[in-house]
Amino acid sequence: MYKKLTRYQFLFEELVKRDFKKKYKRTVLGMVWSVLSPLLTLLVMKLVFTQFFGRTTPHYTIYLFCGNLIFSCFNESTIQGMTSLMGNAAIFTKVNIPKYLFLFSKNVQTLINFGLSLCVFFLFCILDHIAFTWKFILLLYPIACLALFNIGVGLVLSALFVFFRDVQYLWSVFTMLLMYMSAIFYTIDKYSYEVQCLFLLNPVYLLIRYFRKIVIEATIPTIWFHLLMAADVFIVFGLGCWMYKKYNTKFLYYV
Amino acid sequence: MSILEVNNVSIRYMTGDFKDIGLKEYIMRRLKGDYHVREFWADKDITFSLEQGDMLGIIGTNGAGKSTLLKAISGIMEPTKGKVVRKGNIAALLELASGFDGDLTVRENAYLRGAMLGYTRKFMDETYNSIIEFAELQEFQDRPFKQLSSGMRSRLAFAIASLVRPDILILDEVLSVGDGAFRKKSEAKMREIIAGGATTILVSHSVQQVRELCNKVLWLDKGRQVAFGAAEPLCGLYQRYLDKELTLEQAAELWEQGIPAVPDIV
Repeated sequence: MYKKLTRYQFLFEELVKRDFKKKYKRTVLGMVWSVLSPLLTLLVMKLVFTQFFGRTTPHYTIYLFCGNLIFSCFNESTIQGMTSLMGNAAIFTKVNIPKYLFLFSKNVQTLINFGLSLCVFFLFCILDHIAFTWKFILLLYPIACLALFNIGVGLVLSALFVFFRDVQYLWSVFTMLLMYMSAIFYTIDKYSYEVQCLFLLNPVYLLIRYFRKIVIEATIPTIWFHLLMAADVFIVFGLGCWMYKKYNTKFLYYV
Repeated sequence: MSILEVNNVSIRYMTGDFKDIGLKEYIMRRLKGDYHVREFWADKDITFSLEQGDMLGIIGTNGAGKSTLLKAISGIMEPTKGKVVRKGNIAALLELASGFDGDLTVRENAYLRGAMLGYTRKFMDETYNSIIEFAELQEFQDRPFKQLSSGMRSRLAFAIASLVRPDILILDEVLSVGDGAFRKKSEAKMREIIAGGATTILVSHSVQQVRELCNKVLWLDKGRQVAFGAAEPLCGLYQRYLDKELTLEQAAELWEQGIPAVPDIV
């Protein structure tokens, strides 16, 4: 594994560079957009939903930001990841290189975007008089989970996308559903206990909840909460790896 | 000890409905039992082996299964049946001009391609100037790739690819790039690589070229192996077949009878 990593490191770097250049080609603001677009979404949500939920929820801006931060990273990463394999068909049908590199390269890009947004997020925390505690270090756990989860979903989607192009339409509907089910702009206190438990089935909600617990409530989630997140990641990531392994030499026939 | 052994390799393509239909159609047809997949054997029972330093030319008309066979040898495809045994590392230069990115500059594309072929960054830094010089693209280094002519693209591709030092080198229509002057240069470069001891497989439509460069020839027709053996006599037969002096069967028969089947010339 290590040998493989060093062998393809150069290629991986070049792929990341390529994806970066292509993404910001002919945009005046370039990378500033990565920061600006989540901020604009946040602004819109703040304007629309403050009336409904903002009065009862403490630190509502931060509450919203947590949701947006995680969800937009997930959304961007999976949508871009979906086409990563198909978009590089011209390459992997000619050269024998590991196919997951294309997806990884896209994910590096979205992670960098996430990092930038995270900086802005902390800035907002300061402005909103959030107390920074040592517990903030624990945020590394949901971030790592998010990164792996994105890769897992990306592996599954990009493989499916080669076989069925419908996946992109289904996925966009699904992500919209997921967005409404992730409690990004509302709170779930008003629901009954059973319904609140149902939210725990949503991996994206878990990630958002973790962030809010640490940042707003300054409490550490239970060990079971951690394990549940790890299980989600493990299942999706495993499924993705299995698909890539199984179809590794078959993608070729479908492009 | 052979460096490359291809034993009874057959490759099947699936064609038919499944490629262009969407999810709905797929499920509908599965339910109705109307889902058809046709088989198409691109290669059937191909067997040959190469020794260190051999130069194999694969000849045959369009659709003979040459490129598919190369994909199996290079490991991009798994053969449906049979086995390919390779000893040593392999570099395949298939349809060189594709796989570049139009939006990137020539320089960036050169690095990307180098990376794909398994070079290191250090190696690319060192050789980049000579690559550009060889491809004669000095003035175009920072232009977007899409502005290049197709000849220039192939020249760059060849210039990068010819730096490989593999044990087995696979070339698909590589030598037919560029204008006359460049072709001369690229052939000289090829000879240099072969002289370095690499076992090489070359696909070409030019019988002349195969004759000059290769010592062994594999003749394919519609996926079947017509003949495998020494280059000189086989090229002669092939040329006569192309000139319509012989039918395929006659050529195969002549080969069976007269001319020595396994050459000892290297």
